[in-house]
Amino acid sequence: MSVLVYVENVEGRFKKSTFELVSYGFAVAQKLGSSLTALSIGEVGSDELQKLSLYGASKILQAKNEKLKTVNVQPYASVIADAAKAEGAKLVVMSASFSGKGIAARVAVKLNAGLGENVVDLPDTSNGFVVKKGAYSGKAFAMVQITSDVKVISVVSNSYKVIENKVDGSVQPFEPQLNDNDFRLTVKETIRASDKISLPDAELVVSAGRGMKGPENWGMIEELANVLGAATACSKPVSDAGWRPHSEHVGQTGIAISPNLYVAIGISGAIQHLAGVSSSKVIVVVNKDVEAPFFKAADYGIVGDAFEVVPVLIEAAKKFRAGQN
Amino acid sequence: MKILVCISHVPDTTAKIIFTPDNKEFVSQGVTFIINPYDEIALARAIELTDGGKGTVTAINIGDISTEPTIRKALAIGATDAIRVNAAPRDGYFVAAQIAQIAKQNNYDIILCGRESSDHNGASVPSMIAEMLGVPAISSAKKLDVEGTNANLEREIEGGKEMVSTSFPFVAGASEGMAEPKIPNMRGIMSARTKPLTVVEPVDAPELSKIVSYDKPVSRSSVKMIAQEDAGKLWDMIREEKKII
Repeated sequence: MSVLVYVENVEGRFKKSTFELVSYGFAVAQKLGSSLTALSIGEVGSDELQKLSLYGASKILQAKNEKLKTVNVQPYASVIADAAKAEGAKLVVMSASFSGKGIAARVAVKLNAGLGENVVDLPDTSNGFVVKKGAYSGKAFAMVQITSDVKVISVVSNSYKVIENKVDGSVQPFEPQLNDNDFRLTVKETIRASDKISLPDAELVVSAGRGMKGPENWGMIEELANVLGAATACSKPVSDAGWRPHSEHVGQTGIAISPNLYVAIGISGAIQHLAGVSSSKVIVVVNKDVEAPFFKAADYGIVGDAFEVVPVLIEAAKKFRAGQN
Repeated sequence: MKILVCISHVPDTTAKIIFTPDNKEFVSQGVTFIINPYDEIALARAIELTDGGKGTVTAINIGDISTEPTIRKALAIGATDAIRVNAAPRDGYFVAAQIAQIAKQNNYDIILCGRESSDHNGASVPSMIAEMLGVPAISSAKKLDVEGTNANLEREIEGGKEMVSTSFPFVAGASEGMAEPKIPNMRGIMSARTKPLTVVEPVDAPELSKIVSYDKPVSRSSVKMIAQEDAGKLWDMIREEKKII
């Protein structure tokens, strides 16, 4: 019996969130008294794969094939389910990323496994197997007992720390069995803004709302994010008005995020917005309206005009970051 | 073109989420229920794609009789007909199994869901249905265009987007951008009363998971207000007090 963790790569590299996931998988494997196997699909160099053993993966499977070079949910799910069967895995862990959620759902069906999505903490194994997952769009958590023999879970990034646990880990090939029916979908083009930090994974996020008055004023928001090393986000009215792309919209109907720091500028804090950001560890709110409801959900608040406060924050952030180097 | 649109019956986005004192159940008393916002996007796109006699849109919901007003609203917005599977939606697997069963009997070209429901947020149902049917799924699709029996879609990925194509049949989870939700007009509301709504009994599905309790996020102790002239001290303050930057 083992725990199998599927590790995503981006152009042959693992991101920090992957090491988080492996650390998480190792902690669960220890709870269950089993070992951790990692499965990578696609083109990843052996040095990069070997890094997974630093976080507890004692076996590292690599599935390579010309047809598996880019992420394709259907065939990837088949490979993961096959590996889980070959390893006799009772628990399959993956990231709750856009593709990870789709893959987890398909793997669960293939293995007749119960699925825990958007898990935010280690499972409680004191009485069965209970995971804590987000529910009601950030307004609550649900404790879900997975009762099946084999279980699949997807874990939200930033919900577990990267913890070093060096073990002897060997990289072994895993021969994927490909099925033509899994390739009815063709990926024609992938566009990734390589110079920007991806919002769902970001540890620091600078977000702005209608208080910025128009898209032409976003320069200072981007600059602040840049200096801090943060991703940019926005509120729903802003993306609805076309000031910023929908992909930046955080909130109940946008994406839910849980960064270490969320800085909200000119966002009043409607309940739908709060739902998507309430699991941020620290929230800073800048708003000229002292009555803005967001202040009640914040750790730090500054009442002031964004056009006066943000330039001060940028200068201070420059000095702060310079002082750290 | 035959499109099946999956509709979840969820609490209004502004609703306060309250549980029973033992935290075991959601208190639905006094809560307004709506069509899941992402499902409204899916429904709007389905209606656009079949506009002008190019096909039919069937709305499906898994729920007891209390969800019928939500289904009628989907009919008022423009669905051709509707199916209600008469059962409480136990978990994602159960819901997907019901929809897959209906799909097997009816040969839909496209099955559209919302990217996720605003109550359980699992984002798993579209992919589960697809897996049960052995067809592709595009989760978090921001664009959907049809050419003959092929479709081009744009989907979200971390830090970017991806253009994909596939052929009928397939499943997609609609995200923002695919269409603007439609508001029912008076004619739609009147005609919804007489549009066919078929009630079917559920098929068996294994129970693989169950919710044992709920919890609310810990509320923040209290906000520390910083005077505007001290704004420049913010980062040092966060580093000292929270040690996160």
